[in-house]
Amino acid sequence: MTILFAALALALLGLILGGLIGFTAKKFAVETDPRIEEITNLLPGANCGGCGYAGCADYARAIVEDGVSPANCAAATEENFQKIMAAAGQEAAKRERKVAVVYCSGDNRHAVHVALYNGLNDCRAAAALSGAGKGCRFGCIGLGSCARNCPFGAIEIRDGLAIVHAELCKGCGKCTEVCPRKLIHLVPAESKVHVFCNSLDKGPDKRKICTAGCLACRKCVKAYPELFNAQGFLVRARDGAAITAEQVAEVKCPTGALQTVDSHANPGKRKEGAA
Amino acid sequence: MNSHHLPLRPHRFEGGIHPADGKAYTTSGTIRIPPLLDKYQLVIQQNIGVSPLLKVKKGDTVKKGQQIADPVGNISVPLHAPTSGTVGDIHDISGANGAPVPAVEIIADGKDEWCEPMECYSDWKNTNRELLLARVKDAGIVGMGGASFPTHVKLSPPPEREIDTLVINGAECEPYLTADDHLMREQADRIIAGAGICAKILKISHVLIGVEENKPEAIRALRTAAKGQKDIVIVPLKVRYPQGGEKQLIYALTGRKVLAGGLPMDVGCEVQNVATLAAIAEAAVEGRPLIERVVTVTGSPVVDPGNYLVRLGTPVRKVLEWAGGIKKEVRKLILGGPMMGFAQSSLDVTVSKNTSGILLLGADEVRQFEAGPCLSCGRCVEACPMRLLVSTLSKVCENERYDLADENYVMNCLECGICTYVCPAGRPNVQHFRRAKAEIRALKRRK
Amino acid sequence: MESSDKMENRAPVQPEPAAVRLPEAGTLVLSSSPHIRTSLNITKIMAQVMLCLLPAVIMAVCHYRWNAVRVILLCMIFCAGWEMLWCKVMRQKQTVRDLSAMLTGLILALNVSPLLPWWLCLVGSFVAVIIAKQVFGGLGQNPFNPAAVARVALLVGAARPMTTWAPLPSAFQHLDGVTAATPLTAASQSAAQQASLDLYNSNEFLWNAFIGNIGGSLGETSSLAILIGAAGLLLFGLIRLYIPLAVLLTVTVFVWIVNQVSPGVTPGPLFHLLTGGVMLGAFFMATDYVTSPVTHLGGMVYGIGIGIIVCVIRIWGSFPEGMSFAIVIMNALVPLIDKFCYKRPFGWNPVNAFQPRRGEIK
Repeated sequence: MTILFAALALALLGLILGGLIGFTAKKFAVETDPRIEEITNLLPGANCGGCGYAGCADYARAIVEDGVSPANCAAATEENFQKIMAAAGQEAAKRERKVAVVYCSGDNRHAVHVALYNGLNDCRAAAALSGAGKGCRFGCIGLGSCARNCPFGAIEIRDGLAIVHAELCKGCGKCTEVCPRKLIHLVPAESKVHVFCNSLDKGPDKRKICTAGCLACRKCVKAYPELFNAQGFLVRARDGAAITAEQVAEVKCPTGALQTVDSHANPGKRKEGAA
Repeated sequence: MNSHHLPLRPHRFEGGIHPADGKAYTTSGTIRIPPLLDKYQLVIQQNIGVSPLLKVKKGDTVKKGQQIADPVGNISVPLHAPTSGTVGDIHDISGANGAPVPAVEIIADGKDEWCEPMECYSDWKNTNRELLLARVKDAGIVGMGGASFPTHVKLSPPPEREIDTLVINGAECEPYLTADDHLMREQADRIIAGAGICAKILKISHVLIGVEENKPEAIRALRTAAKGQKDIVIVPLKVRYPQGGEKQLIYALTGRKVLAGGLPMDVGCEVQNVATLAAIAEAAVEGRPLIERVVTVTGSPVVDPGNYLVRLGTPVRKVLEWAGGIKKEVRKLILGGPMMGFAQSSLDVTVSKNTSGILLLGADEVRQFEAGPCLSCGRCVEACPMRLLVSTLSKVCENERYDLADENYVMNCLECGICTYVCPAGRPNVQHFRRAKAEIRALKRRK
Repeated sequence: MESSDKMENRAPVQPEPAAVRLPEAGTLVLSSSPHIRTSLNITKIMAQVMLCLLPAVIMAVCHYRWNAVRVILLCMIFCAGWEMLWCKVMRQKQTVRDLSAMLTGLILALNVSPLLPWWLCLVGSFVAVIIAKQVFGGLGQNPFNPAAVARVALLVGAARPMTTWAPLPSAFQHLDGVTAATPLTAASQSAAQQASLDLYNSNEFLWNAFIGNIGGSLGETSSLAILIGAAGLLLFGLIRLYIPLAVLLTVTVFVWIVNQVSPGVTPGPLFHLLTGGVMLGAFFMATDYVTSPVTHLGGMVYGIGIGIIVCVIRIWGSFPEGMSFAIVIMNALVPLIDKFCYKRPFGWNPVNAFQPRRGEIK
């Protein structure tokens, strides 16, 4: 009997509360565009901020309400991107995939440290202190501010050098903001070959402090003037130049600064390529 | 000024510590005059503000004291050749904060000939104050206590600000350094004259000179030099770091508090370092520009520590050679004092207008520290001369919450280093705060 | 052009050797100022506090002999063990060497009955080190005093073993160890029965309480030993007097007022100062760096709070002793206290335009 009473009382309570909740939900409902929620779910949800908005939900609202192009999101997969385009009712657009590239190949085996460093484990703090003792004033400090700031875990610090794993990189550009040396750049994912050096020093000065820097010997420029461009003491691959790994092997960069993204991420393979 | 401004007893600022001072290495002896070098590497920008523009080129002959760079705009000072000779390469050398800076090489001819001297205002008391002010600028004088802010700018406050007191910083609270101490002992007359010139430029008469009690000889020398001048008062101060901090010194001597973010002129004060005053007197009375300064070379590894009258542009390597080199392994080379100086990675950095000391620390004195967790023991809060809640700040800065750091007044930090000195957990508080300040400044600029 | 293999082994060009010995390039350390530091470190602080607890430990061993040795050693070893285990399991840096866990164990041991069974020592250590400290992020992050939390947990969870007091060889030899009560319990029972409290205000009793001839937890009996240790703390410069003085003065004043208003409710102020955990708590537990305010004013507010709470619990609460409760309760208020007791920076002025405002950045 008691049990029956208790059960009835509970059921009644549930009924009343349920009714109340239902009433308030109807009464105080805020009208939102269902597409915002749909697009928010389709966005990667990393809230990386690469699009320039406060987060994925904010960006979704901007797409629906302000008609902003979803192409600013670098992190969404191609499939989701098409779905977002469809949901937002926008014209199909081509989205260029970008990846981050660290323009430095001076890891601890190649670059000289002129002093020891004892302090905060942060590149920006160390940059104010002679760059944590790294001889090169343009190169990677290697304390990993970019890696810690990467929402996708795509950057690894290996042997004192930041390495981008292109397959994980979504091109949001968070790393480029924090690098005090400004040597991380966003490049189109198709360009696989770069000169991995950022130093504007004179060639002989560079050689004293780093054995992997671009010496501006211009071997590559002489071989392929249409692909490379010498700027002072630094050579850069021309924008949009399609350079193949074979061409890199043929040029035989004396220091190995000219290399493919793959060999930069896997120095083991690079030895074979460079030799 | 009225006598009620004269403090019978200096005020005691809250916080502060007395670290092991290490001044005994160099207290005795006199200022030494080193030999002439073959060449000098003169950093072109030795002042805060705009870099002067070099007007000589490679191969030109210059005389000692000849102006080789012209100031650009008002917040800039000229640069003078430290010796006679020819101009060499103009290239980048490593600066005191590690970044490369452009420098000009002067290859000495060994004659050390002065150029055409500037007019000597030996009777400066009856000289037009405009002339004196112009001389301060022409002689390339900057704050030699470390800030290297152009002195002529400091000496021409906006007319609506009423200055009534000239505060002279002879505290030299930084451990190890004795350059100002020796200067006060040996050139007390110059310092007093410099104080008079500054007071004349500012159209005031009341001068307070604060000297820490551990420099009795300096106090005696200054008192002798200032005999008969009632407006110049030498005040012995308690030995307490950072007694020489601008705001702390003003508070100690006048009891006035410079508001957070404010300047000494807000409370009617003007602060000058004793070395700057000596340079001003030299420039006005003897017509010589600023081409040399007293530098303390000290530290336990130095064979023969002492104070040297070093020409600007002298590489640290040479100064150390004069001091006999080292006798044990060195772990740190510091330009300035141990609390606020800059660690260097190279011996090729050169002496500039604000280099007050070259300090070497041995391997046994440099503790490789690893930042531990903050215990909230409160030692930093107790010792902070700016009364900041350091323990909280340290934690929010560690978590990169710069908005919270700003709310907790991190911008008021004067980076004196006390909080890091006293921290039993070895936390790099000053570095945290420096980074936070830089980030906050950048964020505000972006707005 | 040289091949890359040859260049990899090239050393930086060394400048020509000088006539005198100079620092070598590459051996200099770069770091932010200041370049000199205090020689004090966390381990040293913990060791010094332990040293200051030595008088209390000696007193405990004198009174309770092997029981004391057993409980103290067990608690210290268990605490260190738990911390070691946690660091190992969580793959954190091993922190047991900073001695903070050992100190927690020692303070916990001084807070419990000498007859505490070994498994309760194990549980107490677990609560202190794991629950009260490590789950919050380890040393420096714990909001509550670990030893106080563990004592509260044991008192509430295992009231019987915690209040079973060992016989004192000297003072209460005729009493059965199992039923011997601490003076606090006895006094509160007497007060409840409206019996006379004269015994507890007698000079003879107070003298016994001062030198430690009374029953109680290991470290709480002898105020003398605690005071010697407190002098050590002050000599080493480990604590400031703000907190303990605030606690002790508040207890004195509060009890005196209660005695004036309604005599017979509780014994006099001296009784309250000398018995139970007030002395140990005021000097060694309330002053715990992590869980006490950093500002001096905050320290005073915190101490006053502890004093009031402990008196309220002792006089009107259902527990005869409330020091650890008081400490834990006030620990929770520490961030708030620090926030309100922080004086503004040097030269602060509310109308100054340079002050930061909320939300000005980000």
